[in-house]
Amino acid sequence: MLLEKLSNAQAVAGREKEVRDIIIEAIKDNVDDFRTDVTGNLIASKGKEKSGAKVMLAAHMDEVGLMISEINGQGLLKFKPVGGFDKRVLVSKEVVIGQDKIPGIIGAKAIHLQKKAARKKPISYDNLYIDIGAKSDKEAEKLVSPGDMATFPTKYNQIADNIVTGKAFDDRVGCAILAELTAEDFSFPVEFVFTVQEEVGLRGARQAAYAINPDIAIVIEGTTAADVPENEEHRYSTTLGEGPALTIRDRSIVVNKKLLQELINTAEKNNIPYQFRRTTAGGNDAGVINISREGIPAAVISLPCRYIHSPVSLLNLTDYQNLKSLLTNFLIDSQGKEF
Amino acid sequence: MTNFSEKKDELTELIKELSEINAVSGQEDSAFTLVKNYLDNYCQDISSDNLNNLIAKKSALSEDESNPKIMLAAHLDEIGLMVKSIDDKGFIKFATIGGVDPRTLPAQEVIIQGKEEVAGIIGAMPPHLLSKKERNKAHKLEDLYIDTGRKPENLQDIVQIGDPVTIKRELTSLQNEFVSGKALDDRAGVLMMLITARELAKIKHEAEVYFVATSQEEIGVKGSQTATYNIFPDIGIAIDVCHGLMPGVDKGDAAKMADGPAVSFGPHVHPDLFNLITETADNYNIPYQKSPTTTPYGTDAASIQITKSGVATALISIPLRYMHTSVEMISLDDVKAGGQLLARVIAEIDKDFLEGLQCY
Amino acid sequence: MLELLEKFTAGFGPAGEEMIITELIKDEITGYCDEIKTDKLGNLIAYKKGKGNKKIMLAAHMDEIGIMITHIDEEGFLRFTPIGGVNPRILRHQKMVFADGTLGTIGVEKLDDIKDLKLEKLFLDIGQDSKDKVEKQISIGDTAVYQKNYYHTGDRIIANSLDDRAGCALLAGLLQEIKEPAHDLYFVFTSQEEVGTRGATTAAFGISPDLALAVDVTDTGDTPEARTMDVKLGAGAAIKIMDRGSISHPGIRKTLEELAQKNDISYQHEVLEFGATDARAIQLSKEGVPSGTLSIPCRYIHSPAEMIDVNDYKSCAQLLERFVTSELLDEI
Repeated sequence: MLLEKLSNAQAVAGREKEVRDIIIEAIKDNVDDFRTDVTGNLIASKGKEKSGAKVMLAAHMDEVGLMISEINGQGLLKFKPVGGFDKRVLVSKEVVIGQDKIPGIIGAKAIHLQKKAARKKPISYDNLYIDIGAKSDKEAEKLVSPGDMATFPTKYNQIADNIVTGKAFDDRVGCAILAELTAEDFSFPVEFVFTVQEEVGLRGARQAAYAINPDIAIVIEGTTAADVPENEEHRYSTTLGEGPALTIRDRSIVVNKKLLQELINTAEKNNIPYQFRRTTAGGNDAGVINISREGIPAAVISLPCRYIHSPVSLLNLTDYQNLKSLLTNFLIDSQGKEF
Repeated sequence: MTNFSEKKDELTELIKELSEINAVSGQEDSAFTLVKNYLDNYCQDISSDNLNNLIAKKSALSEDESNPKIMLAAHLDEIGLMVKSIDDKGFIKFATIGGVDPRTLPAQEVIIQGKEEVAGIIGAMPPHLLSKKERNKAHKLEDLYIDTGRKPENLQDIVQIGDPVTIKRELTSLQNEFVSGKALDDRAGVLMMLITARELAKIKHEAEVYFVATSQEEIGVKGSQTATYNIFPDIGIAIDVCHGLMPGVDKGDAAKMADGPAVSFGPHVHPDLFNLITETADNYNIPYQKSPTTTPYGTDAASIQITKSGVATALISIPLRYMHTSVEMISLDDVKAGGQLLARVIAEIDKDFLEGLQCY
Repeated sequence: MLELLEKFTAGFGPAGEEMIITELIKDEITGYCDEIKTDKLGNLIAYKKGKGNKKIMLAAHMDEIGIMITHIDEEGFLRFTPIGGVNPRILRHQKMVFADGTLGTIGVEKLDDIKDLKLEKLFLDIGQDSKDKVEKQISIGDTAVYQKNYYHTGDRIIANSLDDRAGCALLAGLLQEIKEPAHDLYFVFTSQEEVGTRGATTAAFGISPDLALAVDVTDTGDTPEARTMDVKLGAGAAIKIMDRGSISHPGIRKTLEELAQKNDISYQHEVLEFGATDARAIQLSKEGVPSGTLSIPCRYIHSPAEMIDVNDYKSCAQLLERFVTSELLDEI
């Protein structure tokens, strides 16, 4: 399954190759042409010659990860986050480093050796290390270098009916949905854009939007579902199993109202369950696309995922299917109209 | 036109001029004449734009649309202060321009760029008059002021709100090739860019090269945004400073002093450019250090890369200790090496290299 | 001019939901310009041809800060998220109003320490006691702003949203009065300034002006134990030198100073250590645009009771008019 392949692959900001290659393999026979631009965005076109509003669909290839920053004198590796992390999720995890996927672990001082007071505070980046089992700096340097990227070797797994776990659902779900969508035909030009470096400041979508200059844009994201016991209901943001989440506004964009209404209409017409994203925290590629040139009406449809930006997330495949269905029906119904 | 050579005393003289000139963000034009004098030797076309970027163009050997277009960017502006209020006794309150640490300000001599230059002191109370508690707290910006010794009526027509203020600091030569002064962030980068221009004059190159002394980097990498939009190069190389190793700073956050310029890599640097720079350095035996970073924020590279449909970007930095103080310290050897390296790199860039940039 | 101001402050328009205020402004300016349109981000752009061949962009933002409803609980209390810089400490116990006139009071959960007062602890009470009843009037996604109020007392105006309806009223007033602009004028009533100067970004790209002037409010330093700042109510139009968004183009700044002096308009200089205006976005558009800001001194910004001085306001109007009719613009 494409989502499984994409979720298991490693692609931290700036090093999206593994994911890019999987996507190219999946779409190359479905699209008219594809190219990469100078920052590494993958842009695939269908129906360039057709009339009607040009639609840009976007999902980002990069995931949050870690960068090895130095080898510290005992063969241990210090690292920095690339993208937003709650550092508390890092301790006691496995990682894989670089193209060769060198295995390592992020350990912690044994509980026996810690003072009671220290156990109340999260471990800072200064005290977190990746251990690859090297006995010296020299040995470590043969296998890894500062600048190498590390991610988690979490394997995609179905754990219950329609429930899957894995890493990087933000935003491999978007990549998978768009890649699968290339199999459809539309009556208007569509640009499928797999962006880079979203997690480090939306540093791919901007360039793609400028180059393409679409009439409308839709971004598919994996977003927070915080419908868990420690949270009060009004802070859930989205709820698992209640369908794709439509953004009204977030930190980066106020979604075009007409576009949003069309999406709602499509969902209702086709009996597709949907919800609203009920927080405005966080931004995404749509924000920079929206203010490109003279402005581009843009919308965001997100898949609710629990525990994003951590080594393992969880989602409901029914939501995935419903998102895909919503997007497909919207595109077909909209028939290339402008907003 | 003035020229310079690679001799230590001439380079020192040049960095002294660059360091001591006062050009706070927004006032970069005060340094235009100085920089232009040197660039005139190598460039056909020098102009400034709406945001005070100084743009010098060196044409390629043959005029051809498909020649690679390369832009070098080193920022001309320095951090400083701005007069915000003059009280009824003549004491001057100020705001910061750029990332100024208020703790570096007490007991400094300053120069106010008013209608004429006015000397002042950012006063510091003598310890006898301070309680132990007060002495253990860092000065807050809001509490600091400039004392010019003048009465308000004597300041009236000379100093006004909005006047920039710089620290009075002359360049000091320390041991070895180390020099220390204000604004080496990023006048040292400007020097590297001048050296590149000079070195490039000795080599054949296919590319058309733009040397840009950018403006307002310290307050949000602004000049590089509009300059890059204007020029829209194929390749943009930012020249800035990075932290130099010293006690209390992690190896992962800084580069060694006097061990060659730091060549950055990370999401903001095009991998082909990084490889070209390091291979070229290896081939010509030019010292350098690899400097991984997770983010370009804090240098012109951040805005260059994302301009229009994208620019292949690289970042080369001069290790510098005590950044954003008025005693910043760099090694002239690192600057020289960087200039030589960049010239060689530019000479290597041809149409084939450009084509490869879009291949991932 | 004050009638326009009163009208405009009454218009509903949180960032991203400017439709109502847009219509209100449009009504006042239709017939006075050569062309009027709204763009893809909701900016209202009125064009007036002038003698010369430069393009001057004037910008005042239509949007105000507010809140967006994210949740309705079973007992009929609403939870919300901020639109722009709303301060939880100011929100507490304020009256908020929706586009349709629905009114409510902001309440707060019990707090052990006032320092715990964060947005998540606030809720809006519109006087309904069940989710069903609320849902008849309000849905998730609906927005609300501070209850509208406008008072003219002595030389002062106290009102909501003087930031930046005061700027909008100046622009609209100028458009109604101006006979001979020195150059082509683009009066841009921008959208979404409060959430990141977004409207100004796309408007500037579309217009490609030769120079720009934002008209917005600025803080003052003349209240007890205020942060040191030289701007005072009553000391005239404020010519912005710098804020955290931009350093004003020296040519524009000098032109404003010269015009103020020549025409006996009282003015003062402004250095603001926080905040930004639309000038920030316009200045960085394409190859760069010489930009500045003409500021209306204002106390208590982002509260429901902002305050400006009527004489300062008049000075701003005069200076703005001199600016757009001046030959000095040719030299910038």
